[in-house]
Amino acid sequence: MYTVELTKQNDTAVVEDAAKNAAFEARVAADEFVEPKDWMPAAYRKTLVRQISQHAHSEIVGMLPEGNWLTRAPTLRRKAILLAKIQDEAGHGLYLYAAAETLGASRDEMTEALHSGAAKYSSIFNYPTLTWADIGAIGWLVDGAAILNQVPLQRTSYGPYARAMVRICKEESFHQRQGYESMMVLANGTKEQKRMAQDALNRFWWPALMMFGPPDDNSPNSERSMRWRVKRDTNDELRQKFIDVTVPQAEALGLTVPDPDLKWNEARGSYDYGAIDWEEFYAVVRGEGPVGKDRIKARVDAWEDNAWVREAAMAHEAKRAARKAA
Amino acid sequence: MEMPLWEVFVRSKHGLSHRHVGSVHAADPRMAVEAARDVYTRRMEGVSLWVVRSDEITASDPGESSSLFEPAEDKVYRHPTFYVVPDNIKHI
Repeated sequence: MYTVELTKQNDTAVVEDAAKNAAFEARVAADEFVEPKDWMPAAYRKTLVRQISQHAHSEIVGMLPEGNWLTRAPTLRRKAILLAKIQDEAGHGLYLYAAAETLGASRDEMTEALHSGAAKYSSIFNYPTLTWADIGAIGWLVDGAAILNQVPLQRTSYGPYARAMVRICKEESFHQRQGYESMMVLANGTKEQKRMAQDALNRFWWPALMMFGPPDDNSPNSERSMRWRVKRDTNDELRQKFIDVTVPQAEALGLTVPDPDLKWNEARGSYDYGAIDWEEFYAVVRGEGPVGKDRIKARVDAWEDNAWVREAAMAHEAKRAARKAA
Repeated sequence: MEMPLWEVFVRSKHGLSHRHVGSVHAADPRMAVEAARDVYTRRMEGVSLWVVRSDEITASDPGESSSLFEPAEDKVYRHPTFYVVPDNIKHI
């Protein structure tokens, strides 16, 4: 979306202008949308590029844990569903990369940042998918958490990001429902299947809660991001909302949420929950998760092994253009 | 080397215009159409696609938006509701 022109515009936008800045803040405060060629503070642009590209990377890396089970899906129906879901994740990554490119970031730069480890992605994908039930749990919990994070972003201040989120949210709903349905089958199946479903919940519950990010008192850029409407609810608010909607879903499956401190709080109208291990979260974000290195290696290998395809496509087009010119 | 960027437009059904939905990278026009199909029409969102090189698009400058669009604001006489016609006059 107009990336080429934006690259030029960026250079002039670096000089911050107080009047322009005030007008920008007023527009955003009035819930108006900012579009690619509009003037915006350099810090807003930078924040968005970081947030959108991290989001895109998460979608792309998110294909890997699921791809692990593609050839071993228990039925053809499940295999077709999983394949469609993984294709959606690729699509989500691409909508988001395209949105980030409207801010002047190049696709190659973003790819390079992911591969070098300079860019982060959601910590959840650094956990392995050990059993088939993990695929159901990911759809139900991970995509469920993603929906709560993403629904408010459909009204985020940056137009291309908001529009990408509208498409993504529509598709995520399929992801969550197929996951829950898959968990229902296991939870109502044999003893072994039910045990497998419980084990998946045990392993994915806490990482899913961490997906909402650090607690509010330790989330440095939260306030500014809220003001700029690139974030619309705090991490803790969204986490609480997720717990409140998910616990009854677990109960309906006949599964137990692995938190001994989980208790309904009548006065708050919400569940109280146990302490989250934030040390684990930061370690996993740094790529120290069980499979962090494998994830990036798989991405880099795919990129490098397929370089010849990109080169051949470009060479073919150069030849075609030369023939046309002749 | 990065493949060029293409803007993607989808006609959701016959009778409606193509509408901008996003962009894709592709080496050539045919590859751009195929990538656009995979990225933007996985759920019957369209019956027709247009792709156009992003660097071929000339857009208006937001800095000039007042000189371009504001002159229309004081030309209310271009709207039918500007004209008062008595209630007893029908079919107008």
